[in-house]
Amino acid sequence: MFDFGKWTSAFNSLLLGTGMPEWAAVLIECVIIAVLVLATYIVLALFYILYERKLCAWFQCRLGPMRVGKWGLLQVFADMFKILIKELICLKGTDRFLFKLAPYIVITSSVTMLACLPWGNGLQIIDWNIGIFFILAVSSVGVLGILLAGWASNNKYTLIGAMRSGAQMISYELSLGISLMTICVFAGTMNISELVAEQESAWFLFRGHIPAIIAFIIYVIAATAETNRGPFDLPEAEHELTAGYHTEYSGIHFGFFYLAEYLNLFIVSGIATLMFLGGWMPLHIPGWEAFNNIMNYIPSIVWFLAKAFFISFVIIWFKWTFPRVRIDQMLAFEWKYLMPFSLANLILMAVFVALGWHF
Amino acid sequence: MSDIKEIIGKICPDATFEEGGCLLVNVPEKKWYPLAKSLKENKDLDFDVLSAVVGMDWKETIGVVYYLTSTSHNWGMVAVKVEAENRDDAYIHSVSDLWKVANFQEREVYDMFGIKFINHPDMRRFFLRNDWVGHPLRKDYDANPELNPIRLEDEKNEDDSRVFVEDADGKIKEEPRKVFNEDEYVVNIGPQHPSTHGVMRFRASLDGEIVKKVDVVSGYIHRGIEKLTEGMTYPQILHFTDRMDYMSAHQNRHCLCACIEKAMGLEIPKRAQVIRTMMDELMRISSHLLSFGCTAMDLGATTAFFYGFREREMVLDIFEKTCGARMSMNYNVIGGVIADLHPDFVKDVKHLIEIMPERLKEYHKVFSGNLIAKNRLKGVGMLSKEDAINYAITGPSGRGSNWSCDCRKKHPYAAYADVEFDEVLLDGCDSYSRYMVRMKEIEQSCRILEQLVDRIPEGDIRAQVPKIIKLPAGRWYQQVEASRGTFGVYIESTGEKNPYRVHFQSPCFNLVGVMDLTCSGYMIADLITIGAALDFVIPDIDR
Repeated sequence: MFDFGKWTSAFNSLLLGTGMPEWAAVLIECVIIAVLVLATYIVLALFYILYERKLCAWFQCRLGPMRVGKWGLLQVFADMFKILIKELICLKGTDRFLFKLAPYIVITSSVTMLACLPWGNGLQIIDWNIGIFFILAVSSVGVLGILLAGWASNNKYTLIGAMRSGAQMISYELSLGISLMTICVFAGTMNISELVAEQESAWFLFRGHIPAIIAFIIYVIAATAETNRGPFDLPEAEHELTAGYHTEYSGIHFGFFYLAEYLNLFIVSGIATLMFLGGWMPLHIPGWEAFNNIMNYIPSIVWFLAKAFFISFVIIWFKWTFPRVRIDQMLAFEWKYLMPFSLANLILMAVFVALGWHF
Repeated sequence: MSDIKEIIGKICPDATFEEGGCLLVNVPEKKWYPLAKSLKENKDLDFDVLSAVVGMDWKETIGVVYYLTSTSHNWGMVAVKVEAENRDDAYIHSVSDLWKVANFQEREVYDMFGIKFINHPDMRRFFLRNDWVGHPLRKDYDANPELNPIRLEDEKNEDDSRVFVEDADGKIKEEPRKVFNEDEYVVNIGPQHPSTHGVMRFRASLDGEIVKKVDVVSGYIHRGIEKLTEGMTYPQILHFTDRMDYMSAHQNRHCLCACIEKAMGLEIPKRAQVIRTMMDELMRISSHLLSFGCTAMDLGATTAFFYGFREREMVLDIFEKTCGARMSMNYNVIGGVIADLHPDFVKDVKHLIEIMPERLKEYHKVFSGNLIAKNRLKGVGMLSKEDAINYAITGPSGRGSNWSCDCRKKHPYAAYADVEFDEVLLDGCDSYSRYMVRMKEIEQSCRILEQLVDRIPEGDIRAQVPKIIKLPAGRWYQQVEASRGTFGVYIESTGEKNPYRVHFQSPCFNLVGVMDLTCSGYMIADLITIGAALDFVIPDIDR
């Protein structure tokens, strides 16, 4: 398996070889990484917008964007430029500082999460012992931005949207966290690179079988709710609240919410990939050496992206199939069913691990 | 009919009678409320439905014509004419406590004629701004644009309402009321909102996510059709009906034509009758498909919306081939229809009937069979049968409350007497029942089409009509079953070539009347669901 770590360490020694002090080398590396992360962020967001638009069109017996570029491939660029040149409107009566701050909080939390994902063998920016815990913590910051946006807009729709969003995210974060914790119990680590390495023999979804599959299902449901996507898109239920918490935003400020929403979709898919489907690890079946070796020829980054896109596909499929749930139904579903179930599953996993009933 | 006269004569000896298409009772204003009470409560009369409230200005006097229907007595109708005592300061006793549907109807009459209703709980204008000068449908209305310029500022004192009460000596006093209190959290839903299906505004007072009260603010696209008709000849007024409920264009126009034909005593060729029936049913299918799509859309199931539209497109193609238009078809004319059927008509209709059952199953699979959709629709927006009758909620919404109110069965017209079909009734009284009634009515419409498609008689497509159409002096009321309920047309003529007064009794007007009743106590998301399941079309309200 090709290790991207070779490139990065080669680059590091190249910088040090020029005789510059270590702090300068780290600074340069940090800047390059930041630029790369932001570029990846934009490219992925553009890809996801097109991906969802095309998928949704096909679900709905339509073609989707077709006019700009071949198969509408350039449509997203047109949309991006359009949104960049729009005026940023700040209405009378809004809390200007908080109103302008909110989109940046949302986007910052989303970019930070993106930076933690294991993209490939050796392609990881931050790797420490509380990796997955850190991702969860950062994801909770995003809701602050949404609450601020709703509050600062001084609009009744946005306020209801923000309150819904707060209730929803805080609730579903529990099942999300517990289902991830189930896997941490199984793996015995929260370190992202170790989590991936653990799945060398087989992915956690297969190794942990019953409790892992239950945790996976719970995770996908909770992640759909965490990203405010249908059928849990109540905070921005356009048929009730016009656009929910971002009703009053325009231009790139709206664009930030929009990008963050798409990127969060990728990020939750990426976390699902990491925790259940082996991260960048190719599909390995114990005992099938030849098969495993062939799988290893596919680059690790392709594995990671393909798995993440697949999970995103499932979540997009949800959105374009199911009607929206109501706020009380959504909260009842979380607190009465999903959370107790995930707690029970956590205990089940602990029992499985203690008794060694796994592969 | 004679015993109705007898009974009414006993209750109110001052009443005089006029025969005609429908028995008309003239009653003095002072006796109107007691008579109304006994018309409703007397078991031999049992007029439980207030079908229409028509404000009238007879130049010397001003008043209201009420059309009452008795569901238990073979859907017999009676009209009651009440004249106010003083033309310039007109008062009539409100019957909104007897028939709740009168609440909005009387507000409309007040708006257009300036008749104030005593004891009406909320005597505000309905369509026009509260700073509008004059009452447009009065014959002495001054249409000078300087009196009512386009106002650029918001309407003031929106929450001010009033009640006129009569004390023991018969003196009338005005008492102020508030629609919403200062401390209520009122959210505007509309007039520009994706789920009000048009330019409709609901002011909802919320307690958290729970709706406490809904105030309907209408009139944003009011076009004054009733006023416009007074200056036009009969063939000229036909096109307005296509622009009211544009999803019931054929039925509405059918109704207006039928009313004029009834007044002229015109015999309609059999072929035209069958074509009209088929077009009405195709229109119903198209309307219910749109309703399916919009309900799904409002609940967030966007994909199902497109599925509904896919089939609706086929119906529109059929219309396009025969009528030359996909919306506002302008197809019915006085005496028949304007053009003969397209050669492909039979083939296309057969194809539609063939695929519809499969597609309905698909809709059920993708949307209404879904657990989330069921949870969102079931038990939401309860409307009991009694309320449905009292609020005159006809059409699929009324039948979802198990009220048998299908005009096609009660007063068969066109070719409906010759075809077999079931009136779909469900007793859930909730949004799900209303939704399911529509889905099942599509099946029944297909059944009607199936029976007629091979039996379209040969012959003329319209009767011979005089070049200048004049109606004899008199008044006529005609009802048909439009896609959303009973659509009524009232015409009063003085023998001229243009009508003296035309009133359109639209089903959607009554549908918004129950928004407050059905939404109170449910959540804000349910308000959208209830609106979608009631399925009102705004241009039909804002005539």
